[in-house]
Amino acid sequence: MMNSLAASFKARKAAKNLFIFSIIVRYLFRVIETKITPPKGLSLNLKELWRSRELFYFFAWRDIKVKYKQTLIGFLWAIIQPLMMMGILYFFLAQRLETEGFKVPFVVYSLSGLIIWNVFSTGITSAGNSMVQNSNMIKKIYFPRLIIPSSSVIVSLFDFIWAFLVFLILVIALYGFQYFNWTTPLYFLAGILTVIFTTIGLGNLIASLSVKFKDVKYALPFLVQLMLLGSSVIYPLSFIDNKIVGYLLALNPCMGPVELFRMGITGYSAPMELIYINLAFNLILFIIGLYNFRRTEQYLADII
Amino acid sequence: MKPIIEIAHISKKFRIQGNHDPYLSIRDSFQNVFRKNSKEDFYALNDVSFTVNEGEAVGIIGKNGAGKSTLLKIISKITPPTQGSITYRGRVASLLEIGTGFHAELTGRENVFMNGSILGMKKAEIRKNFDAIVDFAGVEKFIDTPLKHYSSGMQVRLAFAVAAFVENEILIIDEVLAVGDTEFQKKCIGKMGEVSKGGRTLLFVSHHLSVIKQLCTSGVMLEQGSVHITGNVSDVINAYQSRTEKTASYKTENTHKDFYVRFASVVGAFNEFHCDQLIEFDFEVETNKGFTGKEKLLVRVMDEFDNVLTTSETYVNNNERIKLSFSGSTFSKGNYKLNCFVYHPAVAQYDQVSECCFFSILDNKPIYGHLETFDIGKIYTNSYWS
Repeated sequence: MMNSLAASFKARKAAKNLFIFSIIVRYLFRVIETKITPPKGLSLNLKELWRSRELFYFFAWRDIKVKYKQTLIGFLWAIIQPLMMMGILYFFLAQRLETEGFKVPFVVYSLSGLIIWNVFSTGITSAGNSMVQNSNMIKKIYFPRLIIPSSSVIVSLFDFIWAFLVFLILVIALYGFQYFNWTTPLYFLAGILTVIFTTIGLGNLIASLSVKFKDVKYALPFLVQLMLLGSSVIYPLSFIDNKIVGYLLALNPCMGPVELFRMGITGYSAPMELIYINLAFNLILFIIGLYNFRRTEQYLADII
Repeated sequence: MKPIIEIAHISKKFRIQGNHDPYLSIRDSFQNVFRKNSKEDFYALNDVSFTVNEGEAVGIIGKNGAGKSTLLKIISKITPPTQGSITYRGRVASLLEIGTGFHAELTGRENVFMNGSILGMKKAEIRKNFDAIVDFAGVEKFIDTPLKHYSSGMQVRLAFAVAAFVENEILIIDEVLAVGDTEFQKKCIGKMGEVSKGGRTLLFVSHHLSVIKQLCTSGVMLEQGSVHITGNVSDVINAYQSRTEKTASYKTENTHKDFYVRFASVVGAFNEFHCDQLIEFDFEVETNKGFTGKEKLLVRVMDEFDNVLTTSETYVNNNERIKLSFSGSTFSKGNYKLNCFVYHPAVAQYDQVSECCFFSILDNKPIYGHLETFDIGKIYTNSYWS
């Protein structure tokens, strides 16, 4: 009696397990049903983006590979650019910094800003050109288009890693660890994260505009130049006496990331209030960029 | 069992903007605010519906501009429909072009990974099939050479090889076979046959009716954006071939002579041909005094620069219809016309039509597909290598 009860109990348990198992199997081998309809509304479709993460990786990988193929010095370019820029700026700014009472050497001050600036400027430039460059692919195959501009930002980040290493070595070799303290990595991290987020946001905006308007191609280099000149990359904001101009400069997207990053090693920064304004502004840009990209994306193949 | 692809009332509208570029500039969009713009709607697809069952191989045929490519683009999610919906059950891989994402600076190996990933393969899948892909393409030696040093044939082979190993349930293929040499093409067609026999679903657009006949079980013929006929592949191909549209007909009127032999009509059945289609013309000659049996009809085929390419003639004995046919793959891609005479050798030239039956050959023989931009001449001849 006891035995048969136990047996039936066991059988029932096995049946239950089998049932659960069959549900899992059916779920795993379910037919993916996709429906294509005229576009309506906006969805970020993060699921699809996540499914395409491997493609994202391949895009970034390809862009990195291609960027320095058949160049003599390869990714040393990523380091030479900021170094040369620093050399030029030295003649104009080193003196001025000293008279303003800056205790940080010019190399530290200027290079810390320039390497972050480089992520930003090459990032938005290549994101802006990426859509037209890949137009052939866009017309022939579907994948989440957001991958294209975003992966070009990754390329500029790859450059940054090298520049960052050289920067650290240079500073340590010249001045030892006197400019580092425990907050340094935190500020560095904050600077890097905000620059990625800012660059992707503005990059997406420019990329989606570049598909519709050819003007972007001509305006972009000019815009980048303007942002370099109107930014704290090359001079401290304390040079600016006018309060309104200060607020205006806070609307330069690269200002916040540069200031945050630099604070880690120089201890100087623009007023926090301006940085908050900047970050809020960048967030708005990010949202507009994403929104506009998603809206353009649907008709991309028809207009590119 | 539900069909694997359901296409329901798909329409696609395009805006034709006078003579504007599709690429807008900011100035244009400002102008559009003030100016009443001359936009015209154009339906590339109009209420297209059909279903595809699992394991079916469907050939989509139609003239240039019938909407085939637009339909494939909508199914591939490249461009959205204006109306209607498409439901499919399974993973779709679309090969509207082979070698999408190929980069000249990357090596063959790198390109296989990049291209495979774009086609939706997982990295592990590509790695698993890598040797087979390289083997299929026959480029083992050059796999670590940048793609720019490949011959165009090698590039195409590598590209097709990657595509051939996509394991998705639904494959959408557009004209990719018009590439490579004959041997490789056979290999490709063989591979595609394998794919469709393996239970996967194939949607295939091609101008090569023979290939469609070989590969597909059913067909869909599109005409001016709508479905003209669907069904069994041979029925659809017949419908396509017998479609006489834009018939070119010519008649001369030299009645002022008291004796005349003249063309009553010259008719070309189509004016666009694919390379494997039979090209046919009908001639009718009439006279008011009766034929002597010496009258000849001479037809010359000329290219668009008036170079005479070939001549063919026959005796005319009555006023019945005479048919002249050129086998498919006589002429290479290009525009041609006829130049016709009725004459009595060494006696008189009765009538002539200097230009008529303009026709175009839309594509080259598949074996010359890789010579797309290269001048291969006008006429195919039978030549022998030994």
